[in-house]
Amino acid sequence: MNRRTAHRWLRVLRTPMGRTAAALVLVVLVLAVVGPAPWNARADAVDTANILAGPSAQHWAGTDNLGRDIAFRVLEATRLSVGLALAATAIGVVAGLLLGTAPWLLGRRLGRLVTGAVQIAIAFPGLLLALFFAVVFGVGATGAALAIGLAGAPTFARLVQTLLAGVAARDFVAAARIAGVGRLRILVRHLLPNIAEPLVVNATIGAGGALLAFAGLSFLGLGVQAPSYDWGRLLYDGIGVLYVNPAAAIAPALAVLVAGLALNLLGESVAKGFGMDALVGLPASASPSPAAAAGPAQPAAERPADDAPDDVVLDVRDLTVSFPAAAGPIRPVRGVTFSIRRGEAVGVVGESGSGKSLTALAVSRLVDAAGRVDADRLHLLGTDLREGDSAAQRRLLGSSLAMVFQDPASSFNPTQRIGRQLAETSRHHHGLGRRAAFARAVDRLRAVRITDPDRRARQYPHEFSGGMRQRAMIGMGLMGSPALIVADEPTTALDVTVQRQVLDLLTAIRTSDAVALLLISHDVAVVSEVCDRVLVMYAGRIVEDLPTDRLTTGALHPYTRALTAAVPRMDSPLDRPLPVIPGRPVDPADVPPGCAYAARCPLASQRCRDEDPPLARHPSGHRVACWHARPEPAHAEAVRPASVVEAS
Amino acid sequence: MTAGPAPAPEIGAAVEQAPATGASPFRRLAGHPWSRFALRRAGRLLVSLWVLVTASFLMIHLVPGDPVRAALGPTAPAALVAERRAALGLDDPLYTQYLAYLKDLLGGDLGTSILTRLPVSDVVGQRLPATLALATLAFLAAVAIAVPVGVVIGVLTRRGHGRRTEAAFSSGSIVLGTIPDFLLGVGLVYLLGVTLQWLPVAGNATPAGYVLPVLSLAVGPAAILARILRVEMVAVLDADYLRTARAKRLPARSLYLGHALPNAATASLTLSGLILGSMVAGTVLVENVFAWPGLGTTIVRSILSKDYPLVQAIVLVYGLGVLLINTAVDVALALLDPRSTIRED
Repeated sequence: MNRRTAHRWLRVLRTPMGRTAAALVLVVLVLAVVGPAPWNARADAVDTANILAGPSAQHWAGTDNLGRDIAFRVLEATRLSVGLALAATAIGVVAGLLLGTAPWLLGRRLGRLVTGAVQIAIAFPGLLLALFFAVVFGVGATGAALAIGLAGAPTFARLVQTLLAGVAARDFVAAARIAGVGRLRILVRHLLPNIAEPLVVNATIGAGGALLAFAGLSFLGLGVQAPSYDWGRLLYDGIGVLYVNPAAAIAPALAVLVAGLALNLLGESVAKGFGMDALVGLPASASPSPAAAAGPAQPAAERPADDAPDDVVLDVRDLTVSFPAAAGPIRPVRGVTFSIRRGEAVGVVGESGSGKSLTALAVSRLVDAAGRVDADRLHLLGTDLREGDSAAQRRLLGSSLAMVFQDPASSFNPTQRIGRQLAETSRHHHGLGRRAAFARAVDRLRAVRITDPDRRARQYPHEFSGGMRQRAMIGMGLMGSPALIVADEPTTALDVTVQRQVLDLLTAIRTSDAVALLLISHDVAVVSEVCDRVLVMYAGRIVEDLPTDRLTTGALHPYTRALTAAVPRMDSPLDRPLPVIPGRPVDPADVPPGCAYAARCPLASQRCRDEDPPLARHPSGHRVACWHARPEPAHAEAVRPASVVEAS
Repeated sequence: MTAGPAPAPEIGAAVEQAPATGASPFRRLAGHPWSRFALRRAGRLLVSLWVLVTASFLMIHLVPGDPVRAALGPTAPAALVAERRAALGLDDPLYTQYLAYLKDLLGGDLGTSILTRLPVSDVVGQRLPATLALATLAFLAAVAIAVPVGVVIGVLTRRGHGRRTEAAFSSGSIVLGTIPDFLLGVGLVYLLGVTLQWLPVAGNATPAGYVLPVLSLAVGPAAILARILRVEMVAVLDADYLRTARAKRLPARSLYLGHALPNAATASLTLSGLILGSMVAGTVLVENVFAWPGLGTTIVRSILSKDYPLVQAIVLVYGLGVLLINTAVDVALALLDPRSTIRED
């Protein structure tokens, strides 16, 4: 613990801001401690011949109305200013600790009263509280210190309460309580040490604030009174003679500013340095092998030339998505070629990380600006989507392409009514007025079987159930006249009964309007039920493209067979463990030179490891990328039964 | 953030009533999130008001010694002191005084200044407009600076874009946000008033006189607001619903201003409420820098001269201002994000 703390402090000192702030705080503290002695005499030396003189070699910041040297007075005032600020901070911390720990010590009822009082006090700004207390305690240094300290107490109390609540819920506190340890003892022994660190950081920031506040009160004439002086008092005197000797005001102002900023910034840097601890464990980006980065593009061995062009909704050839990384770009999608015809439902299956979602985002042109999408061909309804962002392209994408995302809960804007979010599409792309667009939204909600759509359209997303939200999402896609629906795991976040409704709805829309569907799912069962054709993806490539009805019996690629075997069926033998695919998916930053599946494949040969098989048409009719593509060997052979997961 | 003690039965009631959407119109109204929110928020405002009024009443009694003697000075004749004490009702039992204070307050009577013998309400009425003008203008200026800056920087620094811009902006805004308004005021007076002589440095006689006070009050809060807004913008731009909005192929304007900004502003509002509240108090210091004929100069003068009735009244006015701002922020929050009406805090 201690070493960790020391390490964190060191890290704070390594940042430029942390280092500067710490150095400045040190200078101010040294000045405050050793300061006054050397220039005490000079700060108070009256020189009536030199009243209100401007800055000179003799007096750097000029003199005041008694001819005393301003620069030395500012230095001299360091001790009182810093001392009073620290005293006020100490008062604030003590009062805050008492108020903050009271709910823990006093039990529920009294504690609630204290919490409520703190809540109310915290609503009033510190300066107002300080003025209030300054009236009560009277004008002067002691009164001001008490006032500023107590004014800061509610904020600190709130912080203590919040931190305590977090720690008090932990197991070791519960254990101590069960063991019969008293509340006060638990507080001192277990709770406070655990929240000390953030408290110290906040007290540092608080000290900066107290310093500035003290300067403020003294500047108003409510703090330190003559003949004593702190920076605020010097500023108060200086502003009166601003036209005669501006330095008399500027010098103390700068001192306040530097000291206050230094304390504040030190606190901020420490808070930042400590808070960023969670970010240190960011994934150390694995270096991609040079082979992966310079890997051969998927030879476009087979072009779907047999598709009549006007029948094709989406035509994708050699699609690549890459993201810049420290050690060269990472390519999660590596040359994907497929096309979808009008009214056709195509599923994309694969493990997570296989690039299926990214493929969907890439064809819909929604990949984040950091990612780079390349393709030989990317046509939606015959329009090239690769270049530009014209209004025509946007209208085409906005009205002909519908997107359905995985999590309907987070995919709607929480601050806008559902109807408005749907209507937006029509208002932007079809030029409908507010009322007409809203009517269309209501109509579309009805089309996706939402009951009482008129009322529902006026509700917010949080008033919808999960299934309803997903249907509304589909309805949003139907605002235009979609030719293609891209649904990325549309049912994953929903429970089983609702899944069924959403899938039925997608199927109904597809069949009634001949809308094509690209359904991304990790769930082979869902895909085989809804789709005509399945694209099996592995490590950013399509490894097999086959009709759904052949999925269970006619799959040629060993990965496809392993994937389907891993799906439990009604006739799966209950006495045997469910087969799983051995090994781990490929890291997109580290793709092997040959077939990416080779490491996990029971049929892998040396050729597989050296040479990546192209996606080619197999005699049986569908496309497959495997050197050993052949129909249906015995299941036991394709899937190693060695890796065992208890079939539950 | 701005939370009051939520009464326990209300939480239970909220849970029970939540599904009753299809019930009779009356029940729907009673159980409606909005009416519950209004009740809860009004209750909190009332409790805070009561605390404020009681505190300002007690202030004069917490002062050690005899406040009237303190105000009039040691040389004042004992008879005069006794007379003023009687006039202020300070010789009555405490609860009688409290009730009288509440009664006067409800009738708009804020008492009489010990020193000038003028009705306090007249003084406040005369001074309040200048302070209100300063605070309102400074608030508008802070928002007018913070929103565009926060949004633009947020868009520029989304998802790890523009790391240098981010570093420069965040250190710049921390420094600007830490400089107290009165020091900024002194600096501006020196620079633009004394050295360059571009702008007047005292009073509100001309429109140009507003520039420096408003700036000194607005710059700090603007920097903090812009910083919060940037962080929220970056978070919101990464949200799923922004992807949905992009999927609708909306133009950048409605993407950033229509979808992202309201959500980012919502998240920033609670914190900005506290900042704006402290701007009200900040007027006290800034007014004293610029010799502004508002409440801030008056309260300082009356604290120094121990004119307690006047101090009490001005503390009440400031406190009321802060409470109203907090309430307004909560209402704005509810309008922007309807989920906050059902959130118990």
